[in-house]
Amino acid sequence: MPNSKSAYSFSNKKEKFDTHIIVVWVDNEAGVLARVVGLFSGRGYNIESLAVAQVDEKLKISRITIVTTGTPQVVNQIKLQLRKLVPVHKVADFKREDKAVIFKEMALFKIVGPNIKLEGALKACKKYNPVLLDKTKKSNVIQITALRREIDKMSKDLKKFGLVSVSRTGAVAMTRGADIFK
Amino acid sequence: MSKLYSGAEIVFKCMEDQNVDHIFGYPGGAVLPIYDELQNFKSIKHVLVRHEQGAGHAAEGYARSSGKPGVILVTSGPGATNVVTALTDAYMDSIPLVCISGQVPTHLIGTDAFQECDTTGITRPCTKHNWLVKDINDLSSTIHKAFEVATTGRPGPVLVDIPKDIQFQKTKYKKPKKEKKLNGKSHNHFNQNSIDHLIDLMSKSSKPIFYTGGGVINSGPKASELLRELVYATGFPITSTLQGLGSFPGEDNQFLGMLGMHGTYEANNAMHDCDLMINIGARFDDRITGKIDEFSPKSKKVHIDIDPSSINKNVKVDLAIVGDVKTVLSSTLKSLKQKKSKFLKSNKQKTSKWWEKIQKWRSVRSLDYIGSEETIKPQYAIERLYELTKDKDSYITTEVGQHQMWAAQHYKFNKPNRWMTSGGLGTMGYGLPAAVGVQVAHPKKLVIDIAGEASVLMTIQEMSTAVQYNLPIKIFILNNQYMGMVRQWQELLHDKNYSESYTAALPDFVKLAEAYNCVGIRAKTPEELDDKIIEMLNTDRPVIFDCMVDKVENCFPMIPSGKPHNQMILGPKDQENQKITGKGKSLV
Repeated sequence: MPNSKSAYSFSNKKEKFDTHIIVVWVDNEAGVLARVVGLFSGRGYNIESLAVAQVDEKLKISRITIVTTGTPQVVNQIKLQLRKLVPVHKVADFKREDKAVIFKEMALFKIVGPNIKLEGALKACKKYNPVLLDKTKKSNVIQITALRREIDKMSKDLKKFGLVSVSRTGAVAMTRGADIFK
Repeated sequence: MSKLYSGAEIVFKCMEDQNVDHIFGYPGGAVLPIYDELQNFKSIKHVLVRHEQGAGHAAEGYARSSGKPGVILVTSGPGATNVVTALTDAYMDSIPLVCISGQVPTHLIGTDAFQECDTTGITRPCTKHNWLVKDINDLSSTIHKAFEVATTGRPGPVLVDIPKDIQFQKTKYKKPKKEKKLNGKSHNHFNQNSIDHLIDLMSKSSKPIFYTGGGVINSGPKASELLRELVYATGFPITSTLQGLGSFPGEDNQFLGMLGMHGTYEANNAMHDCDLMINIGARFDDRITGKIDEFSPKSKKVHIDIDPSSINKNVKVDLAIVGDVKTVLSSTLKSLKQKKSKFLKSNKQKTSKWWEKIQKWRSVRSLDYIGSEETIKPQYAIERLYELTKDKDSYITTEVGQHQMWAAQHYKFNKPNRWMTSGGLGTMGYGLPAAVGVQVAHPKKLVIDIAGEASVLMTIQEMSTAVQYNLPIKIFILNNQYMGMVRQWQELLHDKNYSESYTAALPDFVKLAEAYNCVGIRAKTPEELDDKIIEMLNTDRPVIFDCMVDKVENCFPMIPSGKPHNQMILGPKDQENQKITGKGKSLV
């Protein structure tokens, strides 16, 4: 039987790492986050970012969004291992480059400096729906929502305007269109 | 209004409804209310162990030999941490256990109270699931759920942590729900197409092999029956992992023996050269595959497993069938009978060359060893033990090391659930308490722990348990005064640097047996061995059998680390030519 895909096809070195966004619906009970996160650390998987909150008050369901990187085999294992956890209801997996899915992260920037710099900072954020959350004579707190790499970029670019503090969330994801993930 | 029960009573009410007849435990401050209730539930017998690890392994032995979940009851803090090794062991080998642990009262949790530890935190990675019950109203449903999780799908250990105040509080008791909701985790995910595909592969193959594992045992005795039927109906050769021994008769001609690191020459070579590998309930463990990128390079691989995460984890397969072994095998047999009723006949020709090749490998006689008339060879001791017990439907447990591999190689199993050994975790000290558990489940049967002198000392205190409950277990120690497997690896891989692998001050095992008020027997020469074994078998009390064996015997054949299946070391003579070099040294 020639051409079996069984052997020699498992060289991890050749396979490239993809970024995936894993969404997990879980029962919001004590220790559930530790189970999910412990599974990642215990089996040597990566977590790039994490966002978690209860999304259904009545059913007590939390939605955990994890950005991870791995070979296709590792990502597959992550999904299968997650599905084995008792409080896990369903697991969705999106590739970062997937056009049918929206990914967003939020960041808060604190800018300290003279007025001209504060205005400059706000201007620089224009593309990313900036919201001025707090304003004093010497400082601004600006909120933006954007992609990870855009926030990375802004965190660098705003330094010249007097950026003193950054706080940011993990990514959250949602499919485009009327369909929901079942 | 229905009657109110205390948390402690509810624990036992749940066990009654889950048909628990034995629990293995050790009392302590945080479980005393539960121990108070023990006397009121006559159908549940408590076995008092001497260390909580012993309780865990005894429950494992009980579970593996009976097919029922093993139940453990321990106190908080050290009681819970002592049972962690056994839980991890059960997790690795997929053994259903339910561990009930006491916890400090809820208002003291987090205060570093006496004998407090984060039990659910500590046991999270070594259980299928665990619960800390903080509300008495959740207690009965949690315990019922615990039994369900432990026993369904791929079985495994679970833990329920119950704070002391919850044990005192009262509420109504809820019976288990009859209908088993699977929470979307149903276990059979295959369809007829996969079965047809499998049969198609089977009929095209000229070099097939069945590679079966503990999943067959876990699926119940019926699965072993179906496996036998399938193997006979196809005429294919079959090999088994350490955990799968007994699911197919060990003395049958179609059985190639165990595979893997210390498997037979014929089994490993057949795995390497086959064109179709049908994995039933095994998980491509590293002790089985050897060097992974040279593992069975020319075969199509089929994997039947109840756990989807086992598929494509270590080895990529061509056809995955996710389901319970029993169900998959019965569908396969049904389709085989319908579509290829003359499969055996038509296939005989096709696989005849393959069988010729296998016979050639067999003729190497890889389990042979150089006998001696002065010292007892460990392999000889196992062979004699087998010959003298094979008519008795005996149950064998082991510790971990050379003796374990010799037992797997030379003791032949014909029935499932007769072989209890720590495979995945490799826990020294497993065998003695496991034998206690097996004997509890099967009071009239012969239960032997084939042990090493180093392993058995790790849990030797459980002899006291065996004596207390009149459990006539036989501890058959292959005593070579070395941690034999460590010594073997040091000889082969570490330039004979026997660092700390010799035990200089061993106890006198015969006197030790007497101290425990059981029977000690020692055999020193091959000549007296048979008589001594018969003496052991005729003793209706626990026995420690000190079998003084060759000190430097190595366990062969062996796939050296870093080598594929077809590069085995066969024996002492062969060993010189196959030096393990470079990379292999760093692999475990």
